[in-house]
Amino acid sequence: MSAQPVNPNTPPDHVNIEIDGKPMFAPKGSMIIHAADKAGIPIPRFCYHDKLAIAANCRMCLVEVEKSPKPMPACATPVMEGMKVQTKSAKALNSQRNVMEFLLINHPLDCPICDQGGECELQDVSMGYGRSVSRFVERKRSVADEDIGPLIATEMTRCIQCTRCVRFVGEVAGTYELGGLSRGENLEIGTYIGKTIESEIGGNIIDVCPVGALTNKVFRFRARAWELVARDGIGWHDALGSNLWLHTRRGEVLRTVPRDNEAINECWLSDRDRYSHQGLYADDRAQQPMVKRNGGWVEITWDQALALVAEKLKGVPGDQIGVLVHPATSTEEGHLVAQIAKGLGSRNLDHRLRQLDFADDASGFGFATPVADIEKVGAAWLVGANLRHELPLVNHRLRKAAKRGAKVYALGAVDVDSNYDFAGSIVAAPHALVDAALKLAKAAGDLPAELAALANGIDVDDAARATIKALSDASASIVVFGEAAAMHPQASILRAAARFVAKATDSGYNEVPLGANALGLAAVGVLPQGGLDAQAMLRDPRKAYVVYGAEAPFDFADGGLAMTSLARAETVIAFDAYASEQLRAIATLILPIAALPETDATLTNLNGIVQTVAAGAKAPGEARPGWKVLRAVGAKLGVAGFEFTEIAEVRAQFAGKSTNAHANGKVAGRGKAEGLARIVTVPIYRSDATLRRSAALQAHPLTQGGRVALHPEDALALGLADGAVAKVSGPAGTATLPVAVTRAVPRGGAWIEAAYTETAALPAYGAALSISKA
Amino acid sequence: MNRIVSYIKSLFLLELLAGLWLTAKYFVKPKYTMQYPMEKIPKSNRFRGLHALRRYANGEERCIACKLCEAVCPALAITIDSEPRADGQRRTTRYDIDLFKCIFCGFCEESCPVDSIVETDIHEYHFEKRGENILTKQKLLALGDRYEAEIAKSREQDAAFR
Repeated sequence: MSAQPVNPNTPPDHVNIEIDGKPMFAPKGSMIIHAADKAGIPIPRFCYHDKLAIAANCRMCLVEVEKSPKPMPACATPVMEGMKVQTKSAKALNSQRNVMEFLLINHPLDCPICDQGGECELQDVSMGYGRSVSRFVERKRSVADEDIGPLIATEMTRCIQCTRCVRFVGEVAGTYELGGLSRGENLEIGTYIGKTIESEIGGNIIDVCPVGALTNKVFRFRARAWELVARDGIGWHDALGSNLWLHTRRGEVLRTVPRDNEAINECWLSDRDRYSHQGLYADDRAQQPMVKRNGGWVEITWDQALALVAEKLKGVPGDQIGVLVHPATSTEEGHLVAQIAKGLGSRNLDHRLRQLDFADDASGFGFATPVADIEKVGAAWLVGANLRHELPLVNHRLRKAAKRGAKVYALGAVDVDSNYDFAGSIVAAPHALVDAALKLAKAAGDLPAELAALANGIDVDDAARATIKALSDASASIVVFGEAAAMHPQASILRAAARFVAKATDSGYNEVPLGANALGLAAVGVLPQGGLDAQAMLRDPRKAYVVYGAEAPFDFADGGLAMTSLARAETVIAFDAYASEQLRAIATLILPIAALPETDATLTNLNGIVQTVAAGAKAPGEARPGWKVLRAVGAKLGVAGFEFTEIAEVRAQFAGKSTNAHANGKVAGRGKAEGLARIVTVPIYRSDATLRRSAALQAHPLTQGGRVALHPEDALALGLADGAVAKVSGPAGTATLPVAVTRAVPRGGAWIEAAYTETAALPAYGAALSISKA
Repeated sequence: MNRIVSYIKSLFLLELLAGLWLTAKYFVKPKYTMQYPMEKIPKSNRFRGLHALRRYANGEERCIACKLCEAVCPALAITIDSEPRADGQRRTTRYDIDLFKCIFCGFCEESCPVDSIVETDIHEYHFEKRGENILTKQKLLALGDRYEAEIAKSREQDAAFR
């Protein structure tokens, strides 16, 4: 065929083709199926998936191509100039029908008990392109099932070997946990050894599976696709704000599936967002306002509860009231809480509950680089960021960049288990981490005064220069300041160093917000208004606290401190979706509010994208959406601006307020290195109250339970072996924890994950611990 | 002409006699009236009456919670909840038929892939209290257990025509 386009209007690098008599252009080298999809011409397919590599092993997309003796697979045939394709000719339809018959030879006819029934690609395609009767009378093959964990149910007899799941875990999740075993008719998809799928985005194989071989275990047998009402929602467990569909029946969320948004989550969803809905129906959901009387809890009506709130708060001087707001609270609720705090005369208001260091008073930092652009960067420096757990789908974008050759350097207190190779990785104990960050900053250029003083005596080495060079040389580069860094006791130094490096190397400065709506709350002023920050409020106990959605001790940087200060207060008014044991111990009044998917909400994601959704589910019992409760509370307290009836009026009150990243430039003093310092990370499935109640996620191997991980040499010095039990004690409390010995932890550090009941009493990040044999 | 015919008809009371003749014929014919409930009309084996859920001979309930009956029901009379049973099988935890909504169309029976939900020929039942109109899973299974012989017989009669 001629190399020159025949049609003068053909864009460069495009060719003219014709599908079903319809002329069109297609980019050179693209496949027929791309052009057909773009033109809306249906071609049946199983193994082809837009986001995965082409396998061409199901042969369902056979089409007739002019001058080709045999039908060609549309997914693997590149377009050529003048190509004429027929998708509905007798030859094409006949080939498709025959392929369908082969696929159904070994597929069981158990649609009535299959969870995929009603939303099955095989069912749909066999209705459209198959025969109405089966000519196959021989035995069908059957395949033994594997248990691949608490999230995904398998029924491998139904598998049609399209290998979409194998390609997904290899190409996207990067864990290579699934593969094909045996050949020909005996080909089986499995993990080889019957292990759990441990990928943090593994749940997506349920969506890519065209048949019922891989289904959602939590949703198993609970409903049919046609019974469900899809309501749009936003992921509320990380600041990415993934778009999702809440599939509800009679007001109850039964499952969650991704909603395509190329700019945010593409077509994927992290397991955290997919399975958290199970936690909405936990036994300890607060369903009725409750008050503590004579040490016991008494259920009361909303009228009584509102009267009590007014009575208890009005008698307390404003500066004796502390207001603590969970960072995954909607912007509407945050705005109303801020207004009420102002009305009460309290300037002590904060949402940065997990932060320890407030020297720079930083707030409102998010991602300067659009998430979609992260896959194009040439170099990245991760400071205290385990992106895989903090923002699973952002990590996927960075992995794409790494696969294209981007150099990713990591600096952290724990050697994180990454699904791509780091060009360089520095692991340092909490105090040494600060030096390592300063060393890199020093390599980047002349330090500003406040850092220069701290960096005295630090020598720049080649590794630091190499990192800086990679960042400056790359056409696009990013610095990511992670959750673990933001929780560090000298976070202000780390932040200043990271921001300096980003500026000096012309990289985008990206900070992982601690909470799904930290940026939205910063915009509407859920920050100290000249008063105390979250940590100071607890260190310097107030007489009364208003705790909005936060669960003590797990949601606080220093859980032990939070518990003591709250328990000592005269009044603790808790707005919470859950009435946990711990909350009952510290609160004096519990007001049940709806969880995020049950309320109209606006959330601001890490790129500052503001997303608004309507309530997707019903709140249980007497629980009411937070903004309605706050409206009633505000009116009862006589605060101005609470005369509205519609949520649109609340939105109008804060419309136009946008997040300003702000830091005052001061940094904390350098800590002292003494003994074993605690390293804290928040486990992926323990990061908020709903996740902690999702039984399936709690049974996942990424939820390891409370344990203390030590460097082999430290463990040897203490006489502790892997699997031993150690007594860990800090100034406030003691815990008995199993020991893990691993080189992922630096010398001088003891890695104890937060948010487990067992570790709640232990001191905060960076504190010296004494560890001994139990 | 018409006037003359009607005049003759009314003069000789012809229409009255024709009516009386019909009365006389029915007077000697056998009676149609059934003395319900002492007497009953025979019913087709396809009669669609009260519902029942059947079991297999080994006592295992047939229903597999595929929810096709719930989907096909034009009156939305069926409500099903399901979850995995202890042995991992797909089973219903709730199977309610609201008899106030049901129009006895028989679609549920037609759609059932395992012949579990059936309509028996029972048409004599009553409710005394609000709420009794809901046939629960237990009630439906009990009906199935009680009338299994009749149900099986009428299905067998119909099998040749399906």
